Amino acid sequence: MSAEAHYTPYHPRWYRRRVSVWWWLQNRAYAGFVLRELTSVFVAFFAGVTLWQLRTLAQGPDAYARFLACLGTPLFVALHAVAFLFVLFHSITWFNLAPKAVVVRLSGKRVPDWVVVGLNYAAWLVLSGAVALIVLRGR
Amino acid sequence: MQPAVTLRVTRYRPEQESEPTLATYEVPYRKDWVVLDALNYIKDTLDGSLSFRWSCRMGVCGSCGMKVNGSPKLTCASFLSDSLPGPIRVEPLDYFPVVRDLVVDMSDFMRKLKKVKPWIIRHDERPLAEGEYLQTPDQLDAYKQFSMCINCMLCYSACPIYGLEPSFIGPAAIALAQRYNMDSRDEGAPERLEILSEHDGIWQCTFVGECTKVCPKHVDPAGAIQQYKLTGAIHWLKSLLLPRGAR
Ligand code: SF4
Ligand code: FES
Repeated sequence: MSAEAHYTPYHPRWYRRRVSVWWWLQNRAYAGFVLRELTSVFVAFFAGVTLWQLRTLAQGPDAYARFLACLGTPLFVALHAVAFLFVLFHSITWFNLAPKAVVVRLSGKRVPDWVVVGLNYAAWLVLSGAVALIVLRGR
Repeated sequence: MQPAVTLRVTRYRPEQESEPTLATYEVPYRKDWVVLDALNYIKDTLDGSLSFRWSCRMGVCGSCGMKVNGSPKLTCASFLSDSLPGPIRVEPLDYFPVVRDLVVDMSDFMRKLKKVKPWIIRHDERPLAEGEYLQTPDQLDAYKQFSMCINCMLCYSACPIYGLEPSFIGPAAIALAQRYNMDSRDEGAPERLEILSEHDGIWQCTFVGECTKVCPKHVDPAGAIQQYKLTGAIHWLKSLLLPRGAR
C-alpha cells in the first residue's frame, strides 16, 4: 500500500455488519469472559459486607449482634453461597491468567507459566490458612 | 473416503446486492487440500467471479485470513479434513468492512500499525563504521515471539472489543509495539507508551483473550497487552510518587 493510499471511513459500497448485543453468546469463550466480568459485582458485594461489618463493630456490641443476626437470615446465607461461587470463579480464572501479565525472567530465561500460577495458588493457601488460624484460635 | 465436500461461502457483490448472500459449492475432497485450495478450485472451475486474497499458501504472508466455520483462520492452514463431513462455512473476517465476497478492507489496521511506530527508534544512530548492534540470544528471546506476527488480522476478527469500539488500536498493533519495546536496540518505549496509554490504547482491552487463541503464529497479543498494562501502571505510579529526576 502506498503512503498516499486514502482511507475512506464510510465507503458507500463496503458492507459493514453491526455487532449484535448478543455477541457474547456467540461462543463459550465470550460467554465465559462476560461471566468473569460479572463476578466483579459479587466481589464488590463481599467488600460492602465487610465494610458494613467494620461499621457495626465500631458502633458497639449491640449493633454488631444485630449485624450477625442479619447474616444468619436465609436470604443472606443464600446470597453468600451464590457470591462465594462467583468469587471462586473470579479467583481461579484470574490466577490462571496471571502468567499472561506477569512475565518473570530469571537470568534471561522466562519462568514457566505454571510456576507463576502455582505461586498465586500458594499465596492463596497460605493467606487462607493464616486467616483460618486467627479465626479458629479466637474461639 | 468422502468424495466431495460442500462449501458455504459468503458472497457480496456491491454492484448487484446491498447485503451479503450465501453461495453453496461442491468441491472434490482431497486429504491434502486446505480451504484455500477449495476456494481456488471454485474460482478455477465453478465460478471465476469469487474474490478472495491469498499469496504464499504457507502461513507466511498473512493475506488469506477468513472465518472458517465461525472462527478466524488462515485458510491456507485449515485442512478440509479437519472440518468433515461439512458443509464448511467460509466468511470474510469480522469487524472489517467487506469490499467484495471474502475481501475485507484493512486500511484501518494499517493506519493503527503505523501509529505505534513499529520500527527501531534511536536517540543517536551509531555510525555505520562502528558495525552492527549486537544482541545476545537472551535479548533476542525477549521479543522474538512478538516479532512472529504476519499481520493477518485474525486477532482483530476475534476481538469483540474491536467490534464494539472500532477506535481500539487492537491486539496485533500493541503486540508489535511491544516487539520493539523489548528490543535491546530500541529506545522508543516512552514514545510508544504515550500513544498506547491514550484512550484507544491498552486500557480498552478487557482481556477476553481470544486474540491469543486464534493467532496462527503464537504471538500471544493478549499477553503483550497485559504486560504493557503492567508497565503502564508502574510508570504512572512512579510519575505520581517519584520526583522528576528519579523516574
Ligand atoms: S498477532 Fe497473530 S493473529 Fe494477530 S495479526 Fe499477528 S499473526 Fe495474525
Ligand atoms: S496464503 Fe499466505 S498466509 Fe495463507
